[in-house]
Amino acid sequence: MLIPWQELKRSLLVSLWFVFLTFPIMVIKVDPIERVVQWRWDNMVFVAIGSFVVSLLVRVWFTQKERRRERLARSEAIERESLLQIILREPRYLYPLAAAVMVFALSFPFLFSTYQTNIMITALMYVMLGLGLNIVVGIAGLLDLGYVAFYAVGAYSYALLNLHFGLGFWTLLPVGALLAATFGVILGFPVLRLRGDYLAIVTLGFGEIIRLILENWNAFSQGPSGIANIPRPGFFGMALSLDQAISYLYYLMIGLVLITIFVVNRLQDSRLGRAWIALREDEIACQAMGIDKTKTKLTAFALGATWAGLVGVIFAAKTTFINPASFTFLESAIILSIVVLGGMGSIIGVIMGAFILILLPEYLRGLSEYRMLAFGAILVGMMIFRPQGFISTVRRTYHFEKKPNDE
Amino acid sequence: MLELRNVQTFYGNIQALKEITLEIGEGEIITLIGANGAGKSTTLMSICGIVPPRSGEILFRGERIERLGTDQIVARGICQVPEGRHIFPQLTVQENLDMGAFLRTDKGGIRQDLDYVFALFPILEERRHQAGGNLSGGEQQMLAMSRALMARPDLLLLDEPSMGLAPLVIRQIFEIIRQINQEQNTTIFLVEQNANQALRIANRGYVIETGRITLTDSADRLLTNPEVQKAYLGI
Repeated sequence: MLIPWQELKRSLLVSLWFVFLTFPIMVIKVDPIERVVQWRWDNMVFVAIGSFVVSLLVRVWFTQKERRRERLARSEAIERESLLQIILREPRYLYPLAAAVMVFALSFPFLFSTYQTNIMITALMYVMLGLGLNIVVGIAGLLDLGYVAFYAVGAYSYALLNLHFGLGFWTLLPVGALLAATFGVILGFPVLRLRGDYLAIVTLGFGEIIRLILENWNAFSQGPSGIANIPRPGFFGMALSLDQAISYLYYLMIGLVLITIFVVNRLQDSRLGRAWIALREDEIACQAMGIDKTKTKLTAFALGATWAGLVGVIFAAKTTFINPASFTFLESAIILSIVVLGGMGSIIGVIMGAFILILLPEYLRGLSEYRMLAFGAILVGMMIFRPQGFISTVRRTYHFEKKPNDE
Repeated sequence: MLELRNVQTFYGNIQALKEITLEIGEGEIITLIGANGAGKSTTLMSICGIVPPRSGEILFRGERIERLGTDQIVARGICQVPEGRHIFPQLTVQENLDMGAFLRTDKGGIRQDLDYVFALFPILEERRHQAGGNLSGGEQQMLAMSRALMARPDLLLLDEPSMGLAPLVIRQIFEIIRQINQEQNTTIFLVEQNANQALRIANRGYVIETGRITLTDSADRLLTNPEVQKAYLGI
C-alpha cells in the first residue's frame, strides 16, 4: 500500500483536532439582528477534509525525503546541491542571469506603473535592511530584535536636521548612517557580555526605548503627529515631477543595493568577516586566537546599524512624512524574518527573502482580508519544508581527485 | 619565561585558585596535574586573561600581564588550546588554521607554518576542506593544536589534550607535543588528568589540590613519589 495505515490514522487525528479548534469560528455564527445562531455544518466538513489532505501530503512528503536521504547515504553520493546553488556557483550561468536581472531592473520604471515602482523601492529598501541585519544576525550570530531603532535614527536624523538646519538629502545621507552607527555602538556596549536569549531581550528593549522616546518627547520629535513635508532627494537642483522623483529614487536604491551587496560580500571574506564568523561559532576559541571580542562585536553592531541608518534617511525622503508608528517591533520582526527566511548569512537568500516578504503581501491584496492569513500560512509552510531558508549558506568546498600515479 | 606569584582567582564568591605560585622556564615542558575541580583549567584561564585573577602577579618575560585583555596576551606570544578543543565547527580545517594565524601578517611565515603542521598531522591536509565539526575527536584535537601552532606561540598552553581520546591517539598526541617542544623550541605548559603520560614527557611537574599547589618536583621524581603514585597514577 502506498500510504501506511498509521499515517492515515495520524492524519485523521490531526483533522479531528482541527475541526475541534476551528469549531467556534467556522461553524457557529451568531446573527445579533435576527437573534439566532446559525450552525454551518458544511464548513466543518470542508475543514475536516482540507486538514486531512494537507496533513497527509506533508507526511508523504517527509517520508519520501527520508527515503531519498537513506538512498543517498547508501550510495555514498555527495549531497546534491539545489539547482539554484549550481547556478550561483557556475559563472557561465551566473553572469548571463545577473545581466538579465540587471537589464530588467534598469528598465523597470519604464515597463511598469509608478505604483509598481513605488512597491519596488520599498522592496529594495528591505533588501538593504535585510543585508544590514544579516551582518549582525547571520554572520556575527548576535540576535538583534531592535534593529528598527537604527532605521528610526536614520529617518529622524534626516527629518529633524532638515527641519531645523535645512540640510539637504545628500549631506544627511552619510550623517544618518554615521549617527545610526554611533547608536549601534551605544547599544553594543551594554550587551557585550550577553548572548542568545538575553541579548535578544535587551535589543528588543532598546528598540522600544527609541520608539517611546520619539513618541513622547514632543519638543524633540513632535511626538506621535510626526514630521511632515520632508523634501525628496534633489537632483542637481532641478525640480522633478512626482513620477520623475519616484523613478529617480528607484535608481538611487538600485545603486545603493549594488553597493551594499558589494560591501557585504567583501566583508564576509575579509579578516573582520572571519572574526565575526569565528565569534558566532565559538567565543572561547575566538579569544584564544587573539581576536578582540569587544571590538569585533561593536563593529558588527555599528556596521549593521549603518545600513539601517542609510535606509532610514531614504525612507524619510520617500514617504516625506514620518512618525513613530513606522518603527514598531513588527518592523524588526519582518526584517528578521527576511534574514531567517532567506537563509542566514546568504546574500542571495536575503535578497530573495526581502522580495518575497515585501512583494507577497502587496500582490496578495486581491485576496483582501485573507491576505495576512495566506501570508502567515506561507511562512509556516516555509519553516516546515525549508527550515534552513531558501538558500542555505554554502561554505566554499572543493573536491580533489587523486591522480592515478599518486602513491 | 612565565611566572605566577600568589595568584588568586574567583568565580563570583567561590575561590578557585589560592595563592598559586609557579614558574616556567624557556624551552621547558611543565605539567600541572590534579583531580577534577582542583583548579587546573582555571590556572590556564587566568594566564590567558579569560578569567582574570583577583590578586597576585603574572609575569611573562618580566612584564606583568594579569591586567591585559586576552587578545593582547595572545599577541605577546601565549596561545591556549582550550579544554574540549573548541574548534570552529562550521569552518573548514583550512579556515580553522587561518584563524590561528589571525594576528600575524607575515604571509611567508604563515605558509611555512602551515606546511609544518601538515607535516605533523598529515590527516589534516587530507581533510583540509572538510568542516571542522565533521572531524573525529582525535582529529579535532590535532586541529586545535595545529591552530594554536599557527599563531607561532612562544608559550603553548595545553588544556587536557588527552580528554576523550583512545590510548593510541593519546600516545601520538603526546609524542607530537614533545616534537613541537624540540623542533620549534616552544615552551609548553601542559595541564593533564592523565598524569602518567604527562609526567613522562615533562621536565618538571606541579601538583594542584583544591586550588593550591601542594607539590613540585622534577617529573622523574614525581613519577616515583609514593603519594603521587597513589593519588594520580593508580599504582
